[in-house]
This record gives sequence, structure tokens and C-alpha cells, in this order.
Amino acid sequence: MSEAITESITPELSQLCRGYSSVAGHDEMCTADGDIRSHWHYLMQSLNGMGSGELQRRREEAWRLIRDNDVTYNIYGDMDSTSRPWKLDLVPLLIESEEWRNIEAGLMQRAELLNLVLLDLYGPRNLIKKGVIPPELVFSHPGFLNPCINMPILDSRALTFYAADLVRDASGQINVLSDRAQSPSGSGYALENRLVISRVLPSLFRDSHTHRLANFFRTSRHALNRLSPREGEEPNIVLLSPGPANEAYFEHAYLANYLGYTLVEGSDLTVRNNRVWLTTLEGLRPVDVILRRMDGAYCDPVELRGDSYLGVPGLTNVVRSGNVAVANPLGSGLLENPALISLLPELSKVLLGEELRVPSVPAWWCGDKLQCDYVLENLDRLVIKPVHPSIGFRFVFCAEMSKAKLEKLRQQIKAKPHLFVGQEAMTMSTVPILARDGLKPRHTVLRSFLVADEHDYMAMPGGLTRVSSEDNKLVVSNQAGGINKDTWVLATEPEKYVSLLSESRQARLAPDRGGEVPGRVADNMFWAGRYAERAESISRILRLVLQFIETGESEETQVFRRLLSTLTNQLTPYPYDSAAEDFNALEAEMMNVISGRMNPVSLTQTLFSLLRSVRSVRDRLSSDTWRIINLIDEELGSLRGISAQNLIDAMDEQDNLITALTAFTGLTLENMTRGRSWRFLDIGRRIERTLQISRLLQTTLIQESSEEDQILLSDSMLTIVDSLMSYRRRYRYGIKIPELLDLVIYDENNPRSLAFQLSKLERHIADLPQENESGSRNELERLTLETATLVRLADVNRLAQVNEDSGRRETLENFLNVLNTRLPALSDALTSTYFRTTETPHQLISLRSRVEQ
Amino acid sequence: MKYRVTHITKYHYSKNVTLCHNVAHLLPRNTLRQTCDVSELKISPLPSNTSEWSDIFGNRQASFSIEKPHTELVVTATSEVEVSTASSLIDGAFPISWERAVEHLKTSTDPETIETRMYVLESEFIEFSDDIKNYSQKSFIPGRAILDVVEDLMHRIFKDFKYEPGFSSIATPLEEVLKHRKGVCQDFAHLAIACLRMQGVAARYVSGYLETIPPKGKKRLVGADASHAWFSVFVPHLGWVDFDPTNAKIPDEQHITAAWGRDYADVAPLKGVIFGGGDKNKLDVSVDVERI
Repeated sequence: MSEAITESITPELSQLCRGYSSVAGHDEMCTADGDIRSHWHYLMQSLNGMGSGELQRRREEAWRLIRDNDVTYNIYGDMDSTSRPWKLDLVPLLIESEEWRNIEAGLMQRAELLNLVLLDLYGPRNLIKKGVIPPELVFSHPGFLNPCINMPILDSRALTFYAADLVRDASGQINVLSDRAQSPSGSGYALENRLVISRVLPSLFRDSHTHRLANFFRTSRHALNRLSPREGEEPNIVLLSPGPANEAYFEHAYLANYLGYTLVEGSDLTVRNNRVWLTTLEGLRPVDVILRRMDGAYCDPVELRGDSYLGVPGLTNVVRSGNVAVANPLGSGLLENPALISLLPELSKVLLGEELRVPSVPAWWCGDKLQCDYVLENLDRLVIKPVHPSIGFRFVFCAEMSKAKLEKLRQQIKAKPHLFVGQEAMTMSTVPILARDGLKPRHTVLRSFLVADEHDYMAMPGGLTRVSSEDNKLVVSNQAGGINKDTWVLATEPEKYVSLLSESRQARLAPDRGGEVPGRVADNMFWAGRYAERAESISRILRLVLQFIETGESEETQVFRRLLSTLTNQLTPYPYDSAAEDFNALEAEMMNVISGRMNPVSLTQTLFSLLRSVRSVRDRLSSDTWRIINLIDEELGSLRGISAQNLIDAMDEQDNLITALTAFTGLTLENMTRGRSWRFLDIGRRIERTLQISRLLQTTLIQESSEEDQILLSDSMLTIVDSLMSYRRRYRYGIKIPELLDLVIYDENNPRSLAFQLSKLERHIADLPQENESGSRNELERLTLETATLVRLADVNRLAQVNEDSGRRETLENFLNVLNTRLPALSDALTSTYFRTTETPHQLISLRSRVEQ
Repeated sequence: MKYRVTHITKYHYSKNVTLCHNVAHLLPRNTLRQTCDVSELKISPLPSNTSEWSDIFGNRQASFSIEKPHTELVVTATSEVEVSTASSLIDGAFPISWERAVEHLKTSTDPETIETRMYVLESEFIEFSDDIKNYSQKSFIPGRAILDVVEDLMHRIFKDFKYEPGFSSIATPLEEVLKHRKGVCQDFAHLAIACLRMQGVAARYVSGYLETIPPKGKKRLVGADASHAWFSVFVPHLGWVDFDPTNAKIPDEQHITAAWGRDYADVAPLKGVIFGGGDKNKLDVSVDVERI
């Protein structure tokens, strides 16, 4: 293939490397002589042939796909933007088949080797006793979890997953920069990159004969199945995540979905009868295998880190008893100690009787006197890594440090040498990225993934390629805001087509796994429903008031302040103040409703809460729904930019927002299976809508107004509940309060009436699981029935009556007050019945107790 | 000497605890100078699950879970322990300087000695500081025999520090103990261990019991004893030697070892996680050491 293309190489292509100014070191695409490497010909020819306009279009298409999938890499400490799309470059990294075979063999050997080290250090510890691995290297490493020694070995490859960060040096040699063995992340991102690139460059991808990734994930499933302690039965596997605050939560949800596992957090699991169980709405379901995406130390506050709120209390002992398997095994983080790098050649000889096939970027452990001397002598040109990030930082480039800081680091190393490693600052190879003004070289790191197979390790033919965000920068990390690339390992002949896409679609089409709904998921669904409804209601009122601000008469100001008080719960002074003052007050109230800092129910706060709820259940929502959620996120951004000066701009935002929120409601209504999680979403929506209608009735109807004001208020109220049309169709002559109340309270056919909400609610509650320990279900049913009956028995003529003395509709007022106390009680009963299945755990010994003598 | 040790831990919770998972280091281990043939852990209410295994230090670690609502947890550990006198072990020791002991630890290829190096490192409750190093310096006279160094250190802690229950908690950092010159047995053990480790000597934390002898003419009070803690030092060619800085003595037949580790965190008598329980929980511990 490559020869044929060499012949047809176009003049532009032969010039490609000349326009592309290379920095020092090896370049993946261009040779030192400025020729394009043969395995890059086809790709570059095709990209060149597309022209820059087309490339730009496809690049935008890729970014759109990513945003729609809400591919995010959360950056810690960035509170305002809980997520942001990472950048994906169009140009994949290409690796030739033959070279890949060598890399693969080297990584398989390294995985095998690290597995043996793991088995020994948590077993007989012969490597320590015989002096091959110094004890300080193991016992002072936070990744060594001593309660996890001598655990049952369920697979001779106890290290199920392994990943290596690879870099190519100036000579073209591939080196391992670091080892990932805790719970290697990135394989989900690699898969997502592949899906995006194969969609925006379909024919190029097909004709390049790229190795597929699906087999790696299939092997991963087999590996996890093999670990199950229950033989002969399909094991129950869950993916344990620290939750949405984690930087890689997207990947956790994405992989859980793709592999068909339930995504859980620690509080979803409980240990009973020396087994691990998933708490679902229907009761406990046994768990056989836990795919762990949480640091081992945080997995069990009983025996591991006591201050962890993320883990599963009692887990370690269940693992010890052989009743559950965890992958990677608890304690595997020990292998990430960079100090091991300097020992690997020796370990390879001792444990495998072989030379190490892929070298590491040279590293020196300061716990060894000679190596420490070397590090201190050459400090200014090395990278210093602590043995564990908890020691204060991940790594520093000494060349970039000031003299004073370098001196401080030197003292730190001298004080506790065994906690530091020096590593060569290798000039990593460059790879082209497609920037606005053409191809630019960037330094690159390839993360390669391996999984235990029955007789060997299997490497993903591809991986996650990350490049530095700036020219010449050697730091490559998603946390520093990097760019990703797809990685193509080119097959010499077309690979048998394994349907990756259809497989992924299948997995995504069934996000709602019926009964397996943890209480936490139901809780978030419920609140997503409530927040979405609340946001829509706020937005509808805002839109109306904004319309008034733009065009209204000043004497109407008071009416709109009253309307707005539905959202602020503050009574408008009555009788009114001067019109001008009112107008300013109205604007100030508007700002408070939109984005008031101290207002917990402001529109921006409500949207923020909505996004947080849906992000916590992202594996339960379809990708179409995600597209809508992204629109809502964008609107939130725009709303944050609204100030009193450009208040009127908020009007457009309300239109967009209402459309997006309606689409969210529509999509969840149409596209979600009517499973338990959908039901909770709708319960939340119904409860919130009832509350909103009731508040609106309170502010617009209780106080009797002049006829003019009443018409305006009633019209507004009907507009907000989207019932003005139905009202006009039915009652053509002006506003009559009993008729209005009939439509908004009593009419079960009006989807915006109270009666409609409550009859839906009754049906939902009746369908919720019966079997429940707490016994609060009866309370829930009673409250629902009482509330629904209250509404059904409402007599609209009596409700419409005004008390002559007070000038208020007192019957209506009482009715709404009862409703307003019942609904929060209903919400609470729901919470105690289904959401809080367990109390929060805490330590038995407070740190106050003491040994007495 | 043979003893029956009864260690009762009682938790009273102001609200129901619905689930708890616990780990106990309450069953005495065998050591070179003691054997424990009979021991029993009684738990009320009845646990749904109990198991025992040997931890990395060789201690007996028991795990149990209670899965029904309860407001009181009572854990009663009863053990019969035969203790022999320790002094004979030390009499045969030849004097070795502390510097040589440190060097030996660094260079020995004996498998057990190599693993002993874990007891030179910092651990959860043993944090190194300049103040601790300064305090230790006076005992570490160049060329002094290792056992003399440790004995001196033990006596200095006994003399310099006031035994004052209630001053410190488990969470009180060593720095505070050093600053105020008071604490309880576990603080003194931790302090001595930190002093030794900072100089390169391997030292470990021992949790156990001490037989108390009533004043003349008075009857021994049942349950008045308490759990106790001291430390142990690794001496080349000799092994581990115990020291009790709270009483300034080398433990003998009256010291009964329960478990040892790098510090308190490794051998807490009873720890765990509870669900529920309210905020007014009470703890009662009683220990009875009885000659049999």
C-alpha cells in the first residue's frame, strides 16, 4: 500500500514537512531530512486533498460531537465551570504495525513483570526479604495498603488493568515514562476519540486499515467475569466511582454504559452478611465484581483510610473472605511508585529471567545513597517526582525553577530522600496538530492500555495520545489543559470488521437498567425533575415581566412586582409607592431572581442545581438529552453575563431557555423507557409544578384587586401556566374567577392544572416498589391520597368568594396553605422512603477516646 | 505467671445504630515470653459475621459486623496468658553501640532484619520534627551502648513528663505533648519511638495490659486496671527489647502484650464504622488483670 502511494506523492505533500517547522527531537511525521514518513503519506495526502475549508468544517463537526456527548475532563477547583470539553485534534497519531508489535510485546512483558511484583509484595514479600526491593520503597509508600496482604488470588494475573505512558526520545526509541496501575484512566476517552474521528473522517479511517478497539473492551469484560467468586452464573459487576466531582467522571459513566455495568458510588453499596450488595429501590442485589475507579486507600473507612467518605465500609474484609473481587486489586497503587523504575531491569532478570524489552525514561531513587548523590549533582536538569502525589506535588521540571526554589527542593530531598525520584527530562517526540494556520509540531505522550487475558496480557491497539497545549512545552497533561488525539495502529491488511459502533449504540440504547436503580439515582432524578420544572416556571414569569419592562405602562408596575413576588416570596408593599421607585425596585428584584448571589432559588442557581443533578446520573440519560443539557448549560453561561444595564437582553435568553427546558421535558417524556428512574423524574416534575401553580394563585388571586389589575394579573397567570388559549376558547367574555379556578385547579384534562398533577402523582406512587424496610411508604400513600382528594373536592365557587372585611379570598388562601404544607411533606416522605436507604457512616472511635493508663 | 485478662468495651448510643463493621485487636498474641492458649471474644448483640486473621505484624485481628438495630455494643475479650520474665534475655546481651546498631540495620542481609526497617520510617502517629530530634540528642551520646541509650531516654521521659490523663487525646500531635511535657502512656510511647526512629533505630509500639498491685492492706479492685502501652526497640543479635516509659521500667512478668505495630493506629483495640447512633454516645472501658 505505502509504495503505491509513494509513487503518487503530490508536490504539495513533498513540501509539507518544510512548511512545518520542527522543534528539537524526533518528529512522528517528518524525518530529519524533511521527508514525510511513508506511513503518513496516505493520511496527509487525504487531509491535504480536502482543503482547509473542509478541514475546518470537519474540525468543528468533531468538536460539536464531543460537546454533544458532553465529553468533559473536570478540572479540580474550577467551581464555576464544572465541566469543559477537552480538545480533540483531527490528525491521529499513526503507528506502523511492525513497530507496534515491538511496543506491544514490551508492554505485555512489563505488565507481566509488575503483576509478579504485586503478587510478591502482597504475598510472601521475598523481593524485600532477599534485598531486591528496599523495604523503605514499599513501606513508606501510601499506595502500600498493609491490610490487603495475603488476599485470595482469583486470577494469576492479579493486576487486571495496566497502562503505560510512552514517549519517544530523539533517537526514535520508545520509552516508558510512567506506569499506571491504581485504576488506569483514559481508555474511555480513547474510545470516544475513536468514535468521533471515525465519524468525521469516515472514508479516510476505513481506508487506512486501522486496528479496532472493541476487542480490548471485550477482553476487559472477560477478565472481570473471570474474577467472579460465584461460578457458573453471570456475575453482577458494578463500576465504582468517587462521583461527579471526580475529574474523570465522564469516563466512568461512559465506560459503565459501554460495558453494560451499573455505575455506583460508595454509598450505593453496603456490606451485609460478609457480602457486598447494591442497594436498589427494590432491595439488595448481590455484587460479585467491582471495577474500581477510586484510589484503593479510599475504598474502605474501616480498614483503610478512616477519613474516606467515598468508600464502602467493610469492603476489605469481604475481599479477604473471597466473596467479592475488586479490579484492580486494593493496593495496586503501590506499583505507581516511580522509584520502581530504577529497579525494573533487575526485577525483570530475577522474576522473568529476561532483559526488559522496552526501556524506561531513566530514573534514580534518592533512597539509595549513590543514586541520590547523582540526583543532587544533576538536579537542575532533572524532573523530580515524589514517590506519591500526596507528598505535595506530582512532578517539577528543575530547569524551570528559580535558584531559591531549587535550593528548597534540594533540602526537601536531603531530609527525606526515600520519598523522591529524579528522572531525565527527555525531549519527547513531536506530532503534527492542525492549528488555524496549518500543521504545528507538539510534544506528545501516548497512554497505552493493557488488560489481563487468559494466558497473557492484551494491549489495546491504539491508546490515548495527548499533546502539550503550547509549543515547546514538555508538560503533557489533561489537567494542564491539553489536546487529545486518536491513535491509529495501521494494520498491514484490512482488519476483519468488528462492529464497534453498533456495539456502542446497543449499550447506549438501554441506559435504564430496570430494577437496578440505586436510591441515589432516584434521588437525583427526582431533583432533576423538580429543578427543570422550577427553572421553567421562573423563566416564564421572568419573560412576562421583561416584556412589560420593555413596553408596559408605568401604572402597571405594581402588578408585575406582585407577579414577581411569586419568585421572591416577599410581599409587595400595599398600597403602592410611587411609580418611579417601583420601577427601580422591580429591576433590582429582577436581578435578584435571575442571578442574586444570596438567593438560593435564583434562576442561575436552579439551573446549576439541575445540571449537577443530571450530571450525577449521566449514564441514565440518552445522548440526545445531553445535547439539550448542553444548551441549558450555555444559557446558564449567558444568564451569568446579564446585569441591570443589559437586563432586556435577558428576554432572548428566556425564550431560548424555555425552549431548551421544554425540549428536556419532551425528550425525557418521549425517549426514556418508563422505568423507575423516569418515574422519579416525573414525580419531581409533578410536585414542583403543583407548588408553582399554587404559589402563583397565591400572589395573583388571594388579594382582591381593581378590575383592571385583576384582568392583567389573571391574564399573566394564565399565560405563565400556558392556559390562556384554553381559557379564551372556553370562556370568551373577560375573566371570571370561578371559571379560571376551574381550569387551573379542578380540570383534570388541563395538563397544567393542579388536579392533573395530582392524578399523575397518585399513579406514580402506586407503581413504586412496595417491598421496603422503612415502613414510611404508608405515610407517603396517605399524603398523596389526602392531597389529591383535597383538590378533587375543591368547590371553585366557594374558593372564588372574597371576604368583605379583609378583601381577601380566604377560602382559597386556606386551601392553598394546606396544599403548601402537604407538598413538602410528600417530598420528605418520598425521600425517607426511597432515597436515604442508609445513614451516613462515621467512625466508632472518635479521636477523643484514649488509652487510659 | 499466669493471668486472666478481661477487657470489656461498652458503647452506648443515644440513637439506634443500624449497621456496624468493626476491627478488634483484643486477643493477645503469642510472643517469645508469653503464650495465650485460651481466649474468647464475646460480642453483644450477636454479630452476623466474625472472622479472624493475622495482620502484617503477626497480631490477631478480629473482624465482626452487627446488622440489627442496637443502642448498646458490648465487646468482652477474655484471655488466659502465661508470661515469663524478660530480664534473663537482656543479661546475656553484649554491649553494642547505637551507631553500630543503626549501621547493622542498614546493611544486614538477614531477611527478618531487613523487614525490621519498616519500624524506622515515619508512620501515622510518628511524625519527625526538629524538636523531637533535639530532645533525643541528649541520650544519643556517641559510642554509647544501644541499650543504655534507650534506658536513658526512657528515664528522661519519665522524669521530664507529667502523667496527666485528660490532657491529650489520640489526635494530640507529638509536638504538643513535647511542648507541654505531659500526656498518657501512648503519648510517651509515641515520643520515645519518634526519638529512636529519627536517629535510625527501629522501634515499635506495643499495646497491652499491666497488672496493678493494690496498696498494702487494700483489696484488689476488679476492673480497675486499664489497657496500657509501651515501646520496643530492635537490638542487633538480641532482638526486640521492651521499655515502659510511663513507669520507667523494663517490662517483666506484669506486662501482658496484646499486639504491636508501628504506632497506635495499627493496633487500636477496637475500631470501626457505624451507621446511625446519634451524637451523644458513651464509651466505657474496663480491664481486669487477675492472677490465676
